[in-house]
Amino acid sequence: MLSWGRLWAVARKEWLQLRRDPRSMALAFAMPLALLLFFGYAISWDVKDIRLALVNQDDGEQSRELVQAFQGSGYFRVVERLPSTALVDRELAEAHVTGVLVIPPTFARDLAAGRGAAVQLLLDGGDANTATIAQSYADAIVARFSRDIVLRGRRMEMPAAAEVRIWYNPTLESRNMVVPGLVAVIMSIIAAMLTSLTIAREWERGTMEQLASTPVHRLEVIFGKLVPYLLIGLFDVAVTIGAGMLLFQVPFRGNPLFLGGATLMFLIGALGLGMFISATMKSQLLATQLAMIGTFLPAMLLSGFIFDIASMPLALRVVSLLVPARYYIVVTRGVLLKGVGPTVLWVQGLSMIIFAAIGLGLAAATFHKRIQS
Amino acid sequence: MSDAALVVSGLSRHFGDVVAVRDLSFEVRRGELFGIVGPDGAGKTTTLRMLAGVLPPTSGDALLGGVSVARAPERAKPRLAYMPQRFGLYDDLTVRENLDFYADLYRVPRADRPARLERLYHFSNLGEFEGRLAGQLSGGMKQKLSLSCCLIHHPEVLLLDEPTFGVDPISRRDLWLILHQMVAEGVTIVLSTSYMDEAERCDRVAMLHEGSVLALDTPARLQAGLDGTLLSIRVDRPRAARAALQGEAGVRSAALFGDSVHVLLDAGVDPEWPARTLVAAGVPPTSVEPVDASLEDVFIDLVARSGAVPAGGAHA
Repeated sequence: MLSWGRLWAVARKEWLQLRRDPRSMALAFAMPLALLLFFGYAISWDVKDIRLALVNQDDGEQSRELVQAFQGSGYFRVVERLPSTALVDRELAEAHVTGVLVIPPTFARDLAAGRGAAVQLLLDGGDANTATIAQSYADAIVARFSRDIVLRGRRMEMPAAAEVRIWYNPTLESRNMVVPGLVAVIMSIIAAMLTSLTIAREWERGTMEQLASTPVHRLEVIFGKLVPYLLIGLFDVAVTIGAGMLLFQVPFRGNPLFLGGATLMFLIGALGLGMFISATMKSQLLATQLAMIGTFLPAMLLSGFIFDIASMPLALRVVSLLVPARYYIVVTRGVLLKGVGPTVLWVQGLSMIIFAAIGLGLAAATFHKRIQS
Repeated sequence: MSDAALVVSGLSRHFGDVVAVRDLSFEVRRGELFGIVGPDGAGKTTTLRMLAGVLPPTSGDALLGGVSVARAPERAKPRLAYMPQRFGLYDDLTVRENLDFYADLYRVPRADRPARLERLYHFSNLGEFEGRLAGQLSGGMKQKLSLSCCLIHHPEVLLLDEPTFGVDPISRRDLWLILHQMVAEGVTIVLSTSYMDEAERCDRVAMLHEGSVLALDTPARLQAGLDGTLLSIRVDRPRAARAALQGEAGVRSAALFGDSVHVLLDAGVDPEWPARTLVAAGVPPTSVEPVDASLEDVFIDLVARSGAVPAGGAHA
């Protein structure tokens, strides 16, 4: 029943319209890169150069060594030296520094006596994330410093030590997490926005009425409209990943074909969803807004892109199961960073296929060649 | 009924409590030019949408070449063409791209296309605008393009919703030339219009008012069927004159026709009587002449007789 000729005619028509609409062209081709650059540079969980104030009341050789250890780590930078702890409060309150390192006058004496010597690190907890990271860096630096002191002059290794190695992202660059995730987030938004206009526009402009009077099958309309956006989507993903590799040195360790297949399915699902919204709303404005909110927020917040799903409350964890970007993110991160393929990611691959079927199914179920009102 | 291109039976459409089209029944013969006439809101667009298979009827049906548009609209669609009142083509596609798109949708064989395009361009004079975006065409050109897109697949039945609405006189004439040519080639045309002068060019006319057919016949017979005496009264203050006559015994209807009043008197009423009445009312007529009934007169009379008040007269 379906005719390739008609399907192709709809695809060609859609492409011609797209090409002549600067807004759609910008959305299709400029937005993904703009978003990548924006988020790629803006979102970073890496904490470096934490600004410290120093109150060194000891000023012995060992205290200077400790300060040196902080400075040399690359994570802390002493930007100020304070004579006493009196000003600490103000420094933190006015956010001149993120932390204050206080070395008490008894530091050297306690060390020499073999007692535990305490140093104090006051951190600004206003940014809990940075504070937590700074704390763990400080712990590590102090532990290493203590070990050196204990071991000094003795020929003895630590009896047991954990040697931690981080795989897949050895330097724990957050960009490596961000870019593959961004691909999923960006495509969720762009895909749904692109198609959210396409059916509503035809109802609004009155072109659907004449189209509906022709023998074109409604599935020919759906699939025909899908084709150009699908090609654009695939192009966008390729460009976004390519730019991520070039600009942010994100690795590509896995199989491009598997990623391509999963991407294709993900895009079909997202584009179908956009068309479903478009066919339901019949108004361009409502449709874009719904597509924007309906895809952007879940993809951003419930996909595991920014917030770890495992540590969410149960209700949100359940909701997140319905967010397609959640599965697609696992695929992009898995393929790019870990180099794993279908043997590991088959669940996600399968979810992509289900998503594609649901998206298209919804679009096909809601679009009719009939004037409703 | 092998020569019936379209058989409409009991066609009705409700929108909530509003009855837009009520129990429409008529037949259109093959090669006939059939007009649906009536003022805005009479149900013309709703009727044509149902015939085109884009609006499901609430009840009743229409058979187009024997195919039910209510039950199998998709099977009827290859045989018809529908031109909505509002321009339904793509503003951001060129003339040629629109034509090609519709040729593709109707699966017009590639080999036939050059000849068909040439013919349509010959009719419409659109050839020189082939590469122009449809949105940049004049109103008349747009209608000609719409009509061309409708004709590209040689439909059996052409459904046109107010095809000349808002079109300049020259383009209107061009459009009518094309329509007459199509009818001559055996195409069945059903068109709606609120212009009575256009209705007079149709083979038969259905007069639609508030969703119901008031009368259906050839224009000549409809006009001849108007019994009584029709007078055209020229007067300085036509509104006052109409007010003075309307509702008087023996006056079937009084309607404004430009700067004159058409008064339809019951048979047997003295034709001199209105002039006397007007003089007495202080609006003396400058002339009173008997005239032949136009379709507009017929329509106004029918509406008056159906008990409804005509909505300020139909379009001239």
